[in-house]
Amino acid sequence: MTFDLECRNLTKRFGGTTAVDDVSFEVPSGSFFSILGPSGCGKTTIMRMIAGFLEPSSGDILIRGKSVLDVPPNKRPVNMVFQHLALFPMMNIAENIGYGLRRQGMGKAQIAVKVDEALERIGLPGIGNRKVDELSGGQKQRVAIARCMVLEPDVLLLDEPLGALDLKLRERMKVELKTLQAAFDTTFVYITHDQSEALVMSDTIAVMNEGRFEQMGSGRDLYYRPASAFVAGFVGDSNRWAGRIERAEGNVMQVQTDSGLSMRAAAHGRPLAVGDRAQVFVRPEAIRISRAGADLAHFDNHMAGKVTNLLFNGAASRIVVAAGAEEIEVNLPQSGEFADLSEGDSVQIGWAGDQGNCFAEGPAA
Amino acid sequence: MKNGARIGLALLLMPMLLWLSLLIVIPHIDMFLVSLRERVGVGEYQISFANYLTFFQEPLYLWTFLRTAVMSILATIITLLIAFPVSYFIAKIARGRTRSALFLLCLVPFWVSELVRTFGWMILLRETGILSNLLQWAGLVSGPVEMLYNDAAIMVGLVYTSMLFMVVPLVTTLESLPDEVIEAGYDLGGTNTSVMREIVIPHAAPGIVSGSIVVFMLSLGNYLTPTMLGGKDSLWFTELIYSQFIVRFNWELGAAFGFMLLLLSSLIVWGMLRLTGQTLERTMG
Repeated sequence: MTFDLECRNLTKRFGGTTAVDDVSFEVPSGSFFSILGPSGCGKTTIMRMIAGFLEPSSGDILIRGKSVLDVPPNKRPVNMVFQHLALFPMMNIAENIGYGLRRQGMGKAQIAVKVDEALERIGLPGIGNRKVDELSGGQKQRVAIARCMVLEPDVLLLDEPLGALDLKLRERMKVELKTLQAAFDTTFVYITHDQSEALVMSDTIAVMNEGRFEQMGSGRDLYYRPASAFVAGFVGDSNRWAGRIERAEGNVMQVQTDSGLSMRAAAHGRPLAVGDRAQVFVRPEAIRISRAGADLAHFDNHMAGKVTNLLFNGAASRIVVAAGAEEIEVNLPQSGEFADLSEGDSVQIGWAGDQGNCFAEGPAA
Repeated sequence: MKNGARIGLALLLMPMLLWLSLLIVIPHIDMFLVSLRERVGVGEYQISFANYLTFFQEPLYLWTFLRTAVMSILATIITLLIAFPVSYFIAKIARGRTRSALFLLCLVPFWVSELVRTFGWMILLRETGILSNLLQWAGLVSGPVEMLYNDAAIMVGLVYTSMLFMVVPLVTTLESLPDEVIEAGYDLGGTNTSVMREIVIPHAAPGIVSGSIVVFMLSLGNYLTPTMLGGKDSLWFTELIYSQFIVRFNWELGAAFGFMLLLLSSLIVWGMLRLTGQTLERTMG
């Protein structure tokens, strides 16, 4: 297995604070790697160290097996797509894309050919003479990527480049970025605080919190098998309860929440014992809803409740169900059978015990 | 209501209109009329271009005129060369308190009057001044050195006086260049010189041009600095105007000189804008 990028025990301290704390990871050639974390978690610091704008306090960065710590940013085989894209406003599009090639000392005719090729590839042929501010947000995005890709870097770094776009365009660009990555067949390292960007595009995602990687894995892993309470809370939405473990049978925990609700949840191999304080995370989309209790008899957890709130949001509509002293968010199926549900109605809800993730209590997002 | 708004607007514009018409337009029209007068007898005048003809026929006047222009251009270039790195440091490298402190340091000399500042330079540069004594004390020269009353002294004074007017527009335009864009320049393989040449300077061009225009105008119209640091024979064009008006009491010729100076500065500014491909709207807006 060859790695385009390797970080070994990377640490960065600013004065007394540790922004990046002993982070190690490898990115295989041609893959799409994302670092997902809340703002201030240190992900931008990692990116700036890889690009060469910051020097690590300790640790090593290797690109294609060679350490690049002594290589200045303008000589590193990585290029970066900046958060606000940083296209050069004083140049037209062709000059923007050709900038790096001019710096390499390539001949004018050859640059023109390469620039045209790049424009063709991003699906914007013939815009070379336009000015930067004549382009739309999505077009600028593609030009910023093309400007890096003409240099054929080993690794392309992307620093939340979709943040400035509106929602519809962002959804489209997610798919487009993934397609561009496949087309250029280059390793992408993408940082974002938006989980859906990371989940849709990445082969591997690292969830980062307070300078450390909490979990590294595919989107499915993070979503279905979060390794920590932080990941469970940060990736996707969850109902969250704190409570005490009443009974443990292998991986199945019987948890009594602080408000008196009793439920089964899975520990997935985490060391938890009877009497421990615990947190349980259950996704609203893992909970089934029914009018008759018999439909849900096969679930470990089922309870009756009253609808206290209808949160209509198209396909992602939810209801809030009051069961005992707890309020539980449940996804509302859009197949029509619950279209007439209204506040105050009695419903039955239930979910499988292994859909509930149980963690030892600690700080969480 | 609409009428009220119109009266309000007129009232708001009034001070500016009064200032423009009373202090700039009317005096200049009067000056222009005076410059076109030729005295033919006691209290008798006729309209002619005789004053302008005198200007072109007397080599000393023309020479002073050219000298003033060339020295002012030179002062502008030197000011730009010194102010650019200073501004770049203030706008892009210094952070937080250091930045405000440095900016304040550029401003501090302007808290005292130009006269006092120029006297400061005289104390430094004159024969019995600090620099001369320092050189003697160090044994580098055997006797007192006179460093005043030459073109270099004038140049030093002009650059010193103009520095702030170059630094302010430069800092403003450089601040508006995102750090990201400079970093992108390096990231894509640029060296210090190429990033400067292809990204920073093109971005700062409007600031460079507007700063240069202000500094050039100030130098060209400066009277105090050339007179005090260059001495009575420093041949600065404003001195000629002064002597025609005050010493020779020849208002007609003085007014003609004044108009030539206005023409010269407008021409050079226009030429500078053409040369750099900038427009007045872009640099002043």
